[in-house]
Formats: sequence, structure tokens, C-alpha cells
Amino acid sequence: MLRLLSIEFQKIKHNKASKVLISIYFLLLVSIALIASIKFDIGSIKFHLAELGIFNFPYIWHFNTFVAAFFKIFLLMVIVSMTANEYSNKTLKQNLIDGLSKKEFILSKFYMALSFAAISTVFVFLVSIVLGLIYSSYTEPAIIFTDLEFLLAFFIKLVCFFSFGLFLGVLIKRSAFAVAAMAVLFLIEFISYFIISGHYKGFDETDRIYQFLPFKSMWNLIDEPGSRLSAAKELAAQLGEDLTYDYAVHWYEIAIVLGWTALFIFLSYRLLKKRDL
Amino acid sequence: MESILTISNLTKKFGYLTAVKDLSFTINKGNVYGILGPNGSGKSTTLGIVLNVVNKTQGDFYWFDGNITTHDALKKVGAIIERPNFYPYMTATQNLKLVCKIKGVDYAKIDEKLEIVGLLERKDSKFKTYSLGMKQRLAIASALLNDPEILILDEPTNGLDPQGIHQIREIIKQIAAKGTTILLASHLLDEVEKVCSHVVVLRKGVKLYSGRVDEMISSHGFFELKTNKQNELVALLENNVSFKNIKVEDGLVTAFLDSPMKSEDFNKYLFEKGIILTHLVQRKESLEEQFLQLTDNN
Repeated sequence: MLRLLSIEFQKIKHNKASKVLISIYFLLLVSIALIASIKFDIGSIKFHLAELGIFNFPYIWHFNTFVAAFFKIFLLMVIVSMTANEYSNKTLKQNLIDGLSKKEFILSKFYMALSFAAISTVFVFLVSIVLGLIYSSYTEPAIIFTDLEFLLAFFIKLVCFFSFGLFLGVLIKRSAFAVAAMAVLFLIEFISYFIISGHYKGFDETDRIYQFLPFKSMWNLIDEPGSRLSAAKELAAQLGEDLTYDYAVHWYEIAIVLGWTALFIFLSYRLLKKRDL
Repeated sequence: MESILTISNLTKKFGYLTAVKDLSFTINKGNVYGILGPNGSGKSTTLGIVLNVVNKTQGDFYWFDGNITTHDALKKVGAIIERPNFYPYMTATQNLKLVCKIKGVDYAKIDEKLEIVGLLERKDSKFKTYSLGMKQRLAIASALLNDPEILILDEPTNGLDPQGIHQIREIIKQIAAKGTTILLASHLLDEVEKVCSHVVVLRKGVKLYSGRVDEMISSHGFFELKTNKQNELVALLENNVSFKNIKVEDGLVTAFLDSPMKSEDFNKYLFEKGIILTHLVQRKESLEEQFLQLTDNN
């Protein structure tokens, strides 16, 4: 595993585009901290995001993993382009001739996806701990370390997303088209979800089906955190709405996403194995 | 003799097209092999199969004694096929480091091999800044990194200028002189003739010949002759059973032998018949002529 990782790292570390994308990604993760400084003072209305409690433990785990997950697209582009470029530079062929097996090739890419997800998770953990210690109203260790399953969910969500990108990179062999294909698949799933839920079955029943689809299953891992905020709840209460919802990370949500991950990696391997280069 | 690669009844079909048909041959240690064939005869497909990048349809092949997986065997093989493939954004050294990691070779070999192909002073330039000849030489350096048991070269001089072709050939000769087994696929016959001791001739995926280069065609060679009495000479030769075919071109008479004959005996015979030669050369067919005969007859 270390050999494969060092091979993959050697490929990435000299690639300028990848380095830029990775830097942007981590800058964006740090920029979550900037949310803290959002402040409006319009006469008597004072709006300070940090004081709404978004950085309170343990809520911060939910909020930060949710926000950080949006930035994963930058790492996806690194994975997809590093994979597709192996085809366009024909270096995949050369790697195999030099003695890398097809299995090792896919594994090295998968290990890269795992490392990206792991490093991101550690990074988000650190950013959240620091922000929490600065802004949280509660800093007792028992409270700090509850709800850490959001970090696990974040990690798995990233791994699955990157594996999807890896598969499309292997399938389509062109990075731009692979990313575009992913966007199209996302839109199909997203739009059809609203058409079906709106016109035919309603949200509950549609959710029961769509929880098995790739994008929705990844989305389900970390539900949107906004409705948990006390401010949102108060607002809803005034309007007579009940915002109580199930935001926990469930084992079956994790299982579905892991299932997709395994499928994407397996299909990538099968595809590579069957293909003549 | 120690065998390095054994291919038996290998077949590859691309849809309706059969690129390689029931091909069998063995590569033994220490020889220099050529795979000859016109474009599209299945040379690259065959090499692709044994190098793990093309899937076979039928048949079998194994490396060394057969107790090793293909990808592990390839760590002991050096191969370049068609175009040099490297990461354009990396320098020569960085690219070779990657190959070292894949093959499990020490970095110390890098400078040594770059020296052999004459790229040492450009080792820190990015691959994309290289000329085609330099790229091809880097590919050879890369293939040599593991001090391979066998070096496989597929059209190594394709697309190079005369200087580049010369450089590559010199390098190949040096390597062959050290006793490394070489398998060279090419449609350039003089290339094969200059370096190979054995050939496999392919046409449309079928093997026409495999064996030593000098035994490829059972031929006794031919004479190239010039004389002032050309008509008499031709008439004489046509009546002689030792010759099977006489050609006249631009005053040069070419007489193909049907049975062995020494040039001094031939010269004496003509002199006795009153024909004095101004030009006499005895030759065997070049590989090119043999190859054309072989591929035309089938």
C-alpha cells in the first residue's frame, strides 16, 4: 500500500494544476472560519453569524462537515484529471508495461482517494476544534466529543464521491467529459427527484427510492444543518411550522454509500481489465 | 537453452478482424530477435499481449519458467512500444524515479542509464521540452533501469530523423554486445538485418517463418555481371541448368543460382566460353529481398 501511495504521490506532487486545485481546496476549508466574521449591523438589527450558535459544540461538527463537503469538487477534479490523463498521456500503458498490475493501478488511485478523504477529515476536525474553542458557548470535553459521527459520515461521503469520479475517469478517459458526465448525472437525479416527488409520489415515498441512488445517498449522510439552529426553530415556531427532523447519521445510510463505493471501484477494475489499451 | 518467453497458439481477434492467428514461438536467452512484418501484421498486438496491455482471445504465453505472474515478470523486462509515454510535466529524473518505484529499483541507476543514452545533461528538463529523438532515448533509458533480462523494442526508430535513427541503433548495438536478449519489432528490414540473429516473420497475423536470419530462405545467392558481349552472356546463361532466372537491367545482368557455384569456377567457365567480364559480384539475397519473396509467395 505504501509503495502504491508513493507512486501516486510522485505523480501528483509535480503536477501544477493538481497543486493549485488542492491549495484552493484547503484555503476554502480554512475560509469556513471567515463565516464567523459575517456581521450585519443595520440600526437596531444586529446579525452576527458566530453568535447564532453555529460554532457551538457539538453542532459545529454537523455544520462544518456539511459546508466543507461542498468544496470536495476541487479534489474530485484532481482525481478525475489524474486518472483521465493516464489515458491521454498513455502513461497507463507504460505503467502496466513497467510491471504495475491493473489491480495495483486501480488500488493506487483508490488509495489516493482514501488519503484525500482522510486528510480532509483531519483538516476539518482541526478547523472545527479551533473555531469551536474560540466561539462555542460550551467547551466541556464531554460535549466537544459528541456527534463525532458526522466526521465519519464526511469521510465516507468523500470516499464515495471520489470513487465515482475515478470510475467516470476510467470509463470516459477525458477529464473534462468525465466531470461533465458527473454533473449531468447529478442533474438527472436531482431534477427527476423533484418531478417525481412533486407530481407523483410525494417526498416520503420518493425518498424511500432515492435513498438508494448515488447522489441522494451521499447527501443523506449529512442532512442540512440549518433547521437545527435555534434561530431557525424560533422563526418556524412563529410561522406555526414544526422543523423537527431526523438529522442523525444512520448505519443504513453509511451502508448504501459504502455499497456504491465498492461498486464504483469494482467496475473501474473490471473496465480496465476488459479493455485493450 | 534458458527460455525467456514462450508463446503458444496465441490468437487475438478485434471483432471480425483476426490480428494474431495461432502464433507460437519461443525467445531464448542471449539471442537478438527481430519480429518482421508489414504494417498491420500483428507485431504490436503480439507484444501488447505479452506486455499485459492487450487481452488475448485464445492461446497462452508465459514468461521465464512460467511460475511468475505477468506483471511481476514485467519488472524484469524492459520494453518500449511505439511512442515514448511519460508524464509531460515531470523531468527525466522524476519520470525515471516513478519507473524505479514501479519496478522496485534503486534510484542510483537513473544517472547511469541516462549517461548511456546521452541525456545526463538534460536530466532536469521537463519531458515535454524534449525532441522526439530525446524522448525515444529516455524511453530506452527507462527500459534499461532494471538491467532487464530482455529488452523489447517496438519500432524504436519510427518517426526519427537519420541522426536519431543512427543514435538509437548505436545504443541497441551496445546493449546487444553486452549479451542482453533483445526482441525488436520493425518493418525496417535493414534495421533487423543489422542487429538480429533470429527472426519471426509475420503477415496478417500468421507466422511465415521463425528461425535464424541466415537460414530464412534456402537460396544459393546470385551473380551480378557486366560484360561487353551482353547478348552472348545471357544466351549462355539461359542454357545453363545451374541458373534458374536471369534478369537484365541497365546493362547489369543478374543471374540467380539454382545450385551452389563458386565465383572463381564461374569466371573460369565464362572465360573458356570467350566472355570476359568487366564486373562480377556474388551475393546472397538481402533480408529485404528474402522478406519480399517470403511475403509474396504466401
